[in-house]
Amino acid sequence: MTTDVHQLDDGAWISVNDSREVNVSDLWRLAQTDFCRCEMADFLAEGFVKVGVDYPNIEARIAGQCIACGESGVTDWLTVGRVVDPDSGEFYGVVHESVHFPGKHAADGDSE
Amino acid sequence: MPTKVEGWKDEVYGNEIREHLMEFAEEGWESIPEDEHDAWFERFKWWGLYHQRSGQESYFMMRIGTPNGVIKPGQLEVIGEVARDYAAGPAANPEFGAAVCDWTTRQSIQLHWIKLEDIPEIFEKLESVGLSTQQACGDSWRNIVGCPVAGKDKHEHVDAWPVAEELHETFKGNDDYSNLPRKWKVAITGCDEGCGQGDINDLAFEPAEKNGEVGFNVRVGGGLSRKEARLARDIDVWVPADQAADVAHGMSALFREYGDREDRFNARIKFLMDEWGPEKMRQVLQDEFVDFELETAGEDMRDQYTYNSGGQTGHNDHVGINEQPDGNYYVGLNVLVGRMGAEDTLELAELADKYGSGEVRLTQRQNVIIMDVPEDELEDLKSEPLLDDYSPTPSPFMRGSIACTGTEYCSLSIVETKNRQVRYARWLKENVELPADHEDFHIHLSGCTASCAQPQIADVSLRGMKTRKDGEPVEALDIGLGGGLGEDPRFADWVEMRVPADEVPGAIKNLVNSFKELREDGETFRDFVEARDEETLAELVEPEETDYDDPYMHNTKMTWYPYADEDDMQSSPAPTNGQGEPLEADD
Repeated sequence: MTTDVHQLDDGAWISVNDSREVNVSDLWRLAQTDFCRCEMADFLAEGFVKVGVDYPNIEARIAGQCIACGESGVTDWLTVGRVVDPDSGEFYGVVHESVHFPGKHAADGDSE
Repeated sequence: MPTKVEGWKDEVYGNEIREHLMEFAEEGWESIPEDEHDAWFERFKWWGLYHQRSGQESYFMMRIGTPNGVIKPGQLEVIGEVARDYAAGPAANPEFGAAVCDWTTRQSIQLHWIKLEDIPEIFEKLESVGLSTQQACGDSWRNIVGCPVAGKDKHEHVDAWPVAEELHETFKGNDDYSNLPRKWKVAITGCDEGCGQGDINDLAFEPAEKNGEVGFNVRVGGGLSRKEARLARDIDVWVPADQAADVAHGMSALFREYGDREDRFNARIKFLMDEWGPEKMRQVLQDEFVDFELETAGEDMRDQYTYNSGGQTGHNDHVGINEQPDGNYYVGLNVLVGRMGAEDTLELAELADKYGSGEVRLTQRQNVIIMDVPEDELEDLKSEPLLDDYSPTPSPFMRGSIACTGTEYCSLSIVETKNRQVRYARWLKENVELPADHEDFHIHLSGCTASCAQPQIADVSLRGMKTRKDGEPVEALDIGLGGGLGEDPRFADWVEMRVPADEVPGAIKNLVNSFKELREDGETFRDFVEARDEETLAELVEPEETDYDDPYMHNTKMTWYPYADEDDMQSSPAPTNGQGEPLEADD
């Protein structure tokens, strides 16, 4: 079974296999990013702009703001969770309070 | 490549969704195939049903579109009954109770906690009095807005109500326009005060004179969402009232053909206007979508606009008692943040019948108006107990408050809104005094950048954010100042960002005090803001903790319902069956 991923309701949440899995309004800690000048961005997710699959990772580019410095924009690709077994389709979300490293991942599969 | 949503729309969309919706309702929530949830929920919007946020699965928001906000005699009672009988959720809101009606900024009605299984009965009741949820959401003609007292206003150039009604009847259920690239919002203004709010709509008809005839100038491409606020632009077209529908056909067909179906974030016509400009927009409309010669723009009457102009003149928000041309009166009542309990709604319907014609209208400032009250009934109406809570003479902070749905139900919102704005208004009423010449002072609270509370056109604009306080994440608001409409509309300047929500009332208090201290004689708040740069304004907005208490500082989005005693996601009863009983999880 392929993993079906999309953002819906104006980017309010990410659906993985028709299940709402990741929502806006959480704070993410982003390291080694040129998103802003902060050593560690304290990033408020305001909307999911693009989503994709880079097996087994579910990735997203997120619009939002660093609440430490106020810089707004869209992140690079960020892993928001994993579907390890495409047959079961079970999604394991990452802990957004942990440190994350956005990058230029080559997301494949569905992306919009 | 067209988006997934476009793919779903290609398969089933528009009127035909109803048949499927009814089948699912008949068989129950679990009959919707799990791998088709997203597609069906996207489609259900077209019939006014919006699946509520995470933690509230199987429950829907239902929107009823009332064109121009006109609720005809007999309709409000049914709306109240539907709210009372079907919109009580598994937990009550501490300010408003279990079942409520929300009057929206687009003159529509929203009910929450609607169960799929109840929809056939609800549709039957609504349709028995001519109400419908059709196209209240989704990618099509939305509820048409306009001056809420159109046709019964002493300040009219032209009665816009028949035009709004014609457009409503022409474009609701019209298969040619049922699948547009995105929502399509239309405003009709006929009055001299400009209260149709055309400037922030996709398509606006505004009163204008040409060759001695009052018709409409046409503007295109307004909207507030996603930090991409735009004012509608003049496309140099005038139409007589009887040709407004022809131009509306043309413009919505143009949008259907040229709107962006590959990127929903770029789909609204404001982005096509960015790309083309008004001259090309007019040319394409003329060349491809109308079969008559378009007239150039007539002489508009925008210099008379008083609505939300900051000028403190005109009847503005329609709260209060005003005479109609027929000698009767309309009585505008303030509904704080647009929310009214079901029982209060039923009582309002009774009062409208008893004292007026039974007609009630909704404003774009989330208030209600009882129409057609004879002069000799006014005193008795004013002494009704319901008007103690919904006053025709409220404090400026009560009448000026608008709030969107917020994290109570909405997936996109960052913060709690309605209950917070209620608490703000009450605190400000008790603790802050505006200058005596400022009866209109608008504070709009929107939970996110979608801007459903239209924050950019308020005196004080509040937009959902987060910040840290003592190291802990808390709900916060960006503060903007000086927005409004009128002849020269202006979006708010965002001057103070990420203010902890419990420090916002103190910030407004300090701002108002500075305004009173520093203003020149007779200077309006809007002029005061316009005369100062952002840095100066930021200094006047001094966030401060006060005795205002905010119980919603935590991450309300992490709850299944922010006001439940046990509010964590694991305590959610959703999804439930048709009786509201929790369904067993699959595993």
